[in-house]
Amino acid sequence: MPTVSTGVRSQRSRTHSLLLLAALVPLLHGCSKPGTESSEAVTLLNVSYDPTREFYEEFNAAFVKQWEAKSGKKLSIKQSHGGSGKQARAVIDGLEADVVTLALAYDVDMLHDKADLIPKNWQTRLETNSAPYTSTIVFVVRKGNPKGLRDWEDLIQPGVSVITPNPKTSGGARWNYLAAWGHALRKEGGDETKAQEFITRLFRNVPVLDSGARGATTTFAERGLGDVLLAWENEALLLTEEVGKERFEIIVPSESILAEPPVTVVDKNVDKRGTRAVAEAYLKHLYSDEGQEIAAKHHYRPRSQAIAAKHASHFPSVKLFTIDEAFGGWRKAQQAHFDDGGIFDRIYAPKSQ
Amino acid sequence: MARRARRILPGYGLTLGLTWFYLGLLVIIPLSSLFLKTFTMSWDQFWSTVASARALAAYRLTFSASLVAALINAVFGLLVAWVLVRYRFPGKALVDALVDLPFALPTAVAGLTLTALYSSNGWYGRYLEAAGIHVAFTSIGVAVALTFIGLPFVVRTVQPVLEDIDADVEEAAATLGATPWETFTRVIFPSILPALLSGFTLALARALGEYGSVVFISGNMPMRTEIAPLLIITQLEQYDYAGATAIAVVMLTASFTLLLAVNLLQRWSRRRLETRPS
Repeated sequence: MPTVSTGVRSQRSRTHSLLLLAALVPLLHGCSKPGTESSEAVTLLNVSYDPTREFYEEFNAAFVKQWEAKSGKKLSIKQSHGGSGKQARAVIDGLEADVVTLALAYDVDMLHDKADLIPKNWQTRLETNSAPYTSTIVFVVRKGNPKGLRDWEDLIQPGVSVITPNPKTSGGARWNYLAAWGHALRKEGGDETKAQEFITRLFRNVPVLDSGARGATTTFAERGLGDVLLAWENEALLLTEEVGKERFEIIVPSESILAEPPVTVVDKNVDKRGTRAVAEAYLKHLYSDEGQEIAAKHHYRPRSQAIAAKHASHFPSVKLFTIDEAFGGWRKAQQAHFDDGGIFDRIYAPKSQ
Repeated sequence: MARRARRILPGYGLTLGLTWFYLGLLVIIPLSSLFLKTFTMSWDQFWSTVASARALAAYRLTFSASLVAALINAVFGLLVAWVLVRYRFPGKALVDALVDLPFALPTAVAGLTLTALYSSNGWYGRYLEAAGIHVAFTSIGVAVALTFIGLPFVVRTVQPVLEDIDADVEEAAATLGATPWETFTRVIFPSILPALLSGFTLALARALGEYGSVVFISGNMPMRTEIAPLLIITQLEQYDYAGATAIAVVMLTASFTLLLAVNLLQRWSRRRLETRPS
């Protein structure tokens, strides 16, 4: 039976490479462990989320240069990217991250709740809620804005199709949802029922819930689905400036949420590996003029007033509310809106349809 | 010792021991730890997670789309295997190699490609949507993705069995006065049925657990196009590990029952084939 063997062989070689990979991963992991104190090269692992890849590539190079000049020791920084929640779970499950730089504080909170890797008050350890750069949620529309979408109210009109990923599976999408809810709540003078009505109508206009932000961007940009894409400002700028300025434009609504992607040292890991000093210096450097410049270059809003002023034309001013103001923090927002049986589930509950 | 000597080749004890060890390490221990994890939930918690309206809709979609996909593959996979075994044609080696491709392709790539083809501006989608058929972001899309990834199983299980059937058997049937249809249904089909059933089972099992390719084409709308594996990811995103394993346990139990049933059916058909008076 010559034919069957081809099938089996291809399957087997796949299994082989998987086994090989499984054998290599701990080896690679082992390599990064030594080098804690001596003159050997020190390594740092920054576990981050998807859209920060290019930003941290540039920032790491800058920090390594500065650190090596100062300390005279070799430093190498590894980065890992993926969905924010998935990355947090990897760290909880034992990935030895020295620092995490994720999309939302809730994912970092879980490093405390589920594995006690960091203290509960982690977010107060660095300035500005431990978020050295920020972003906000904006609209991306097709060139010329054919449906004339200007603000959140326009998105709930019949016949408008809105693309946003699933807030149950995407951290970024939770910011989209909370921006819409926060706006509706403030506009209705704090009436939760009206805000819920608003968010229900908004999601009735959503034809597809991609599992992640990049998927939603593909749906909007490549599949041609939807009139408007809800996106982080940095992702929107990346899409319009680097992919298709002649195809898309950005609309900044009257108000939106201040998205604060937070950073922290993972205490248990840095203490075990002896990398606390360099890890802390690494995060501090994000607040330096150089760090802030690189963040701005990669479309994140800098916290430094001086650097922000320099890039004012790049980031239109918009009224921003924080998650603490509008929701009383991430834990409350998560529980009320996104956990099982929360408000988001009720939008799709059979009886309301 | 004396009993073991009765076997012609030595090594029964060793190989059986290794088999148990291997299956234990790879299958039994990981799966038991999965079951153990759900015991951290109370019965009410477990039930409200696995029997919510949304979860039921997801199981329904996952199982029905997987069945449809496996059935389509059973029919067309048999056809492909038949053509590959019975005919010689230019490009045969190429076709043979193409069959394995869905095995090798990373499923996310498959999902993205299929979505691009079937969405309203894609090559297939633009004509299908003109005819009023929506594939991308509907349950049809889910079945399409599952059909794609399950294609090789039926072909590769039926092909060797077909090759083993001698042409004499067909000729004998013909000389005894059987019509071509009778030859196929009464002579050939019963001999390939066990293989067809195992191909069907493999395709079905593969489809039930598939996540990567489906999330791109399904649109993931709660109650409508959400598959059960996506619900598991959803639970994980809430850091509800127990909830995720609860759904996994339900999926696993249902899949195991289904697969066991098909396996029994396959055994029965094989036994019937062997004991048939010839």
